[in-house]
Amino acid sequence: MQKLLTWIDDRFPLTKMFEEHLSKYYAPKNFNFWYFFGSLALLVLVIQIVSGIFLTMHYKPDGATAFASVEYIMRDVPYGWLIRYMHSTGATAFFVVVYLHMFRGLMYGSYKQPRELIWLFGMLIYLVLMAEAFMGYLLPWGQMSYWGAQVIISLFGALPIIGEPLTLWIRGDFVVSDATLNRFFALHVVALPIVLLGLVVAHILALHEVGSNNPDGVEIKKNKDPVTHIPLDGIPFHPYYTVKDILGVAVFLIFFCTVLFFMPEGGGYMLEYANFIPSDPLKTPLHIAPVWYFTPFYAILRAVPDKLAGVMAMGAAIVVLFLLPWLDRCKVKSIRYRGNIFKYNLAAFVVAFIALGWLGMQQPTVLLTYMSQFFTLVYFGFFVVLYVTSKNEQTKPVPERVTQ
Amino acid sequence: MATEGVDLNKRRMLTNAATVVGAVGAGFVAVPFLASWAPSERAKTAGAPVEVDISKLQDGAMLTVEWRGKPVWIVKRTARNLEDLPTLDDGLRDPASENEQQPEYARNANRSVKAEILVLVGICTHLGCSPTFRPDLAPADLGAEWKGGFYCPCHGSRFDLAGRVYQGVPAPLNLEVPPHRYLSDTTIIIGEDGGAA
Repeated sequence: MQKLLTWIDDRFPLTKMFEEHLSKYYAPKNFNFWYFFGSLALLVLVIQIVSGIFLTMHYKPDGATAFASVEYIMRDVPYGWLIRYMHSTGATAFFVVVYLHMFRGLMYGSYKQPRELIWLFGMLIYLVLMAEAFMGYLLPWGQMSYWGAQVIISLFGALPIIGEPLTLWIRGDFVVSDATLNRFFALHVVALPIVLLGLVVAHILALHEVGSNNPDGVEIKKNKDPVTHIPLDGIPFHPYYTVKDILGVAVFLIFFCTVLFFMPEGGGYMLEYANFIPSDPLKTPLHIAPVWYFTPFYAILRAVPDKLAGVMAMGAAIVVLFLLPWLDRCKVKSIRYRGNIFKYNLAAFVVAFIALGWLGMQQPTVLLTYMSQFFTLVYFGFFVVLYVTSKNEQTKPVPERVTQ
Repeated sequence: MATEGVDLNKRRMLTNAATVVGAVGAGFVAVPFLASWAPSERAKTAGAPVEVDISKLQDGAMLTVEWRGKPVWIVKRTARNLEDLPTLDDGLRDPASENEQQPEYARNANRSVKAEILVLVGICTHLGCSPTFRPDLAPADLGAEWKGGFYCPCHGSRFDLAGRVYQGVPAPLNLEVPPHRYLSDTTIIIGEDGGAA
């Protein structure tokens, strides 16, 4: 065995890579609950890739047969229902995990110097994930697939001059059609997953280059053992955190399987009822709303009573997240040692995000539109307040070493 | 890399020139891939004109037909509807149809060739949903001022019974009137107008 390993190591850096990224990657010893979601996101990615590959074996990316092929998977393919529900539940789980993972970053300042690139790669992953989810949702070719895609593609039509030709180019037809379905299938199953995997590798490489942040926001590399040069507050990722993450996986799978087996449609929020009706280009469903993970941005879009401005506001809501490392000028990373303004500001941001998520699911009424406008202001207000107050924030002293 | 006795300027120039030529080549290679996304010949020819018989259309009723994959509405407005139209002008974005959302022959108060017959592409100018036909007067959900029209369930845009957009809604433009002409009193062809526009 040892001889085989030596043989390989002479030709491929197997042991070197294992040590660099697992057994000799020193992570802070004070990780808490919030640090489960990175590895869980990786798990969900694997679930999506495996279930997705098996779905493509039965699915037909053709406007005439797509809807029926999904029903065929649900009814006739052995365990087809399970594989499809894994994939649809996985989509929701992906966003739950990623939103919690991003919130962790906000709380503990994990996007700050020297981890800006980790944040940017992460944001790109989030962007590709949204594209994956959007294009994947077209594939069942139901009413909500069809009209959801129609609305989202039309967003590009708001751009001056190039807008209309651009939407025509994306659809490949005058309306969403077979051509659109076919190309979205190609992007969903081939192009975007490749990009996604590349970004995940970049995200992790960048992380392992600078080392993980932690709930105290102190750099463990500043206090190294003088002899071994191992951070005093670090413990090897393997076996300590691999074992810890297995517990996280077990708990996560309890929740995942509960949804998978007992509420795979998620009460109409994960698989919308209108999507059990074949797509009809002549009739928009009376109530059209995106799947839950897009509703905060959808509410922002609807809050602005102007087409171009609405689309720009929605785009800005995502772009502004990319700028976070430079908008937050506070030297202290963790919320534990930051001022009250930041705490209230972050709390308001979370409330606004959840409220917008709820509003995006509702039918637009005058009152709800006012509420959407209010929470849109709170959403963007978070970044303004952060930029203005973070420079001279009243912070508490940050400890030299991590606390327990 | 050996740097002794090397003309660095020359080397830099050659590197830059090779980069530029390579980039131009990559640009040319990208063209067929990007162009392949444009509507195919088959998609372009699928937009043939549609003939519609409107002899059975009742007053106040709407008929939907498909043209280029889009819904096209034909509405027979009542005399009351036509009287209501001018009273709405103040609340509309483009009451006089100044934007190019209709052929020249439909650029009038009723946005139609024949006063009572309205022909529209049933796609909201906001984000492409198909609005709902709401001919009822003053329904509870649309308010007492509602004189009949179209309501988009997606984002709440409102249009009157000439497809003109109200102010304060997300849709920027009036609904589009497609090219069309009357073959007889009761037959309309949608998608061509004999060059009348």
